[in-house]
Amino acid sequence: MSDDIKPRLRVPATAKKGEVIEVKTLITHPMENGQRKDADGKLVPRLIVNSLAVTYNDKPVLGVTLEPAIAANPYLAFFVKVEESGTLRFKWTDDNMQSWTAESKVEVS
Amino acid sequence: MTTGTSRIRRRSALFAVAGVLAARGALATPDSAKEWLAGLAKGTPKDGKVTLKAPEIAENGNAVPLTVAVESEMSEKSYVKALYIAADGNPNPPVAIYEFTPMSGKAEVSMRVRLAQTQKLIAVAEMNDGTLYAASREVKVTIGGCGG
Repeated sequence: MSDDIKPRLRVPATAKKGEVIEVKTLITHPMENGQRKDADGKLVPRLIVNSLAVTYNDKPVLGVTLEPAIAANPYLAFFVKVEESGTLRFKWTDDNMQSWTAESKVEVS
Repeated sequence: MTTGTSRIRRRSALFAVAGVLAARGALATPDSAKEWLAGLAKGTPKDGKVTLKAPEIAENGNAVPLTVAVESEMSEKSYVKALYIAADGNPNPPVAIYEFTPMSGKAEVSMRVRLAQTQKLIAVAEMNDGTLYAASREVKVTIGGCGG
């Protein structure tokens, strides 16, 4: 199942120095909220992606703590200010401490 | 003929309904949302600076688009440190916590949330000097989105 979990990114490839760019992320994950019952009426245990950490050239940009109220396939969009060319790195972690990473280069002129 | 049993049945049905209502009441309280927020953001939030954008009526509570923006220059001197988002009618009120840095550039975030019923979304922003700002917005939900 975890093979189906894939991060997706939409990040501009180029930007001007000091520009604030919009970053859109999505990870395909069921976000089992721990409230749902299966066909036998048993509660399905909670299993959600509980955090996303974003860095630019290894400096922290944004940290997000996700709760079960975040919809399945969590889509998160936010902004990043870029002063020099570099790499945006993303790391999602779930309740089982399993993590997924993605990165995207931004060319700043 | 079956009045006795049907009365009992009706009564147990009533109890069941009452039980469900009580359980719902215990789970979804606006106070628990406030408590969660108060535990994170110490102090009394002021009005202003925070805007919540969400549909007035959400037909499907499983994925309600939400954008929260906080007015700030996002410089080393003055930036939004954290943003706490809660939903006061969900079984669990916390929605998300965002921790920003000046590198975030702009304190505006979008996500999709699950809403179990018609309720209020609350956002509290904590600035780097400790000042708090809060805003809320009601979303009417036609079909709740919390499993079940």
